[in-house]
Amino acid sequence: MRYLLRRLVTSLVVVLGVVTITFITSRLVPSDPASLYAGPRARPEQVERVRQELNLDAPVVNQYASYLTDLATGDLGVSFATRRSIAADLVQFLPATLELALLATGLSMLIGIPLGVIAAGRRGARTGSKASKARRQRSDAGIRLFAVTSVSVPVFWTALLFQMIFAGELDLLPLSGRTSSSVSFREWTGFFLIDSVLSGSPSNVWDVIKHLMLPVAVMAAYPLGLTIRLIRGSMLEVLGEPFIEAARLAGIDERTVMYRLALKNALAPALTILGLTFAYSVSSAFLVEAVFNWPGIGRYLTDAIVRIDFPVITAAALVITVIYVVVNLGLDLLQVRLDPRVELD
Amino acid sequence: MGGPVASSSARRGLLPGLATPTPGSAVWYYRRSPLGLLAAGVIAVFVVAAVAAPWLTPFADQGRGDAELPSRLMAPNAVNWLGTDDLGRDILARLLFGARTALIVAVGVVAAAVIIGVLVGAIAGYFGGWVDEILMRITDTFLAFPPLLLAVVVAAALGPSLRNTIVAIAVSWWPWYARQVRAQVLSLRERPFVQALQVVGVPTRQIITRHVIPNAMTPVWVQSTADLGAAVLTAAGLSFVGLGPRPPTADWGVMIADGRQFVLSGQWWIAGFAGLAITLVALAFNLMGDVIRDVTDPKTRGNL
Repeated sequence: MRYLLRRLVTSLVVVLGVVTITFITSRLVPSDPASLYAGPRARPEQVERVRQELNLDAPVVNQYASYLTDLATGDLGVSFATRRSIAADLVQFLPATLELALLATGLSMLIGIPLGVIAAGRRGARTGSKASKARRQRSDAGIRLFAVTSVSVPVFWTALLFQMIFAGELDLLPLSGRTSSSVSFREWTGFFLIDSVLSGSPSNVWDVIKHLMLPVAVMAAYPLGLTIRLIRGSMLEVLGEPFIEAARLAGIDERTVMYRLALKNALAPALTILGLTFAYSVSSAFLVEAVFNWPGIGRYLTDAIVRIDFPVITAAALVITVIYVVVNLGLDLLQVRLDPRVELD
Repeated sequence: MGGPVASSSARRGLLPGLATPTPGSAVWYYRRSPLGLLAAGVIAVFVVAAVAAPWLTPFADQGRGDAELPSRLMAPNAVNWLGTDDLGRDILARLLFGARTALIVAVGVVAAAVIIGVLVGAIAGYFGGWVDEILMRITDTFLAFPPLLLAVVVAAALGPSLRNTIVAIAVSWWPWYARQVRAQVLSLRERPFVQALQVVGVPTRQIITRHVIPNAMTPVWVQSTADLGAAVLTAAGLSFVGLGPRPPTADWGVMIADGRQFVLSGQWWIAGFAGLAITLVALAFNLMGDVIRDVTDPKTRGNL
């Protein structure tokens, strides 16, 4: 309980720090925010009016205070390009991004954990002839190489490549967007996979799935490589421990040793990986969404970058970061529940 | 693969540590790893391409940005080995000059992040107490941002340019080094040799810069190798969304962004080769980082 409180307080301090950094970058880094907001062709008196409107002529401390109070009431400001409320925009675009990120995270864990275990098992192969051992170690090297490659490929490039192959050449999957233009259904949750099921039409569901395939596959590549590497590493560490040796000497068969004894202990860092993976998926979403024209907060962010729409850039970054902090907090607390060895310090 | 003694003694003058590594040393183990050698080869090609770009192509002017409209959008052929872009520029020449940009960004980002991170980490770890508390709270705050996102925000605030790309990525990466160095320094601080230096009256500044920091650097070097590749990847991402160097500077991320509109109409080579270049360089640095991590850790070095 005391741990929970301490953890909550430090998270709050971190969030306050994050807000401060976004404030500094939004108000102090650009040489003159007012002329930036007013646009390149604005006349001096227009710039001056914007300066007053945005409260930029007030002392910095007052600006900071009003920034904090606005945030506390859920007011993220107004997009200077569209004059729409940023908070409302984000609520509208968030589900599209979360749908991608959650599916990509799930896919990468689903494939990555078994591959990591297999690689570690092959590396530590003990039975069989010399030739079969060498063959198994080669497959460890193969999985490792696959994992390093998938963390080295630029995600927006794979996105283009997949588009060219699967949407262009083979014409199997749609090029971009969340649904075909002919398909429409009521958006209950904003998660189209759920909404299309609720619409009761299998063809809607299939259309949504087809649109999800490419972006999810592309987005899952990096987390997949990360998962394989981390699981393989922690498996090898566990496999080197005395209790595994003891189990082997006691005659317990290799399969039970690997999957029942070692994997259970090696999964301890899995929650940390889950956090990392999710963070990566959400924050790299802008690259994937830009290519697939996916209407999520990532594309909202890139649109804002093109227009130098500064309030939107900082607000989107702030919201994603706060989500990230909250997810990490949740995973940490879960880990304490699951693993009694984690120190409550 | 240590090489016979006779031939290696002739090479000793050039690179004493690298030419004749002591058996059992990290370099000796590194040279036994085929993947490590392959990675080193790719990186060598990358560095040579970056440094010697103008002398490696007959199209150096196009590499620097001059348009050559009559030859626009040509597929790979005998003259333009990798084809030309929509302004008729030779893709290979653009790639070579883009290697310069990538190398500058990679080295710039890692150098800046290491310098800030090492200083903050060493000071926090050595002095402890409230200094440590304040510096680590600041570090934690920066760590709370997904790094890519913080880089985007800073780059957008500063405006697109090569220098700002470097600043933006370095700002989001230094905390990782600070944490690592602090952990090292915390244990070094208690070691007898540091306490001896304190007793003898060596100035604190000198203890930190001459004795503590050099001994805390091993994990930093390991991490920074892989980070060179990550810097190339991250910078390409920023360029792709318009936060990279301005034209006519050659840049791999910008090449992918420019080539994007031609991919579906069949002119795949503009974005295609640029992405391949990024992947190869990032892969080589990641592999090298992995092998270095393995050979510097006595637990794993035996089974390469």
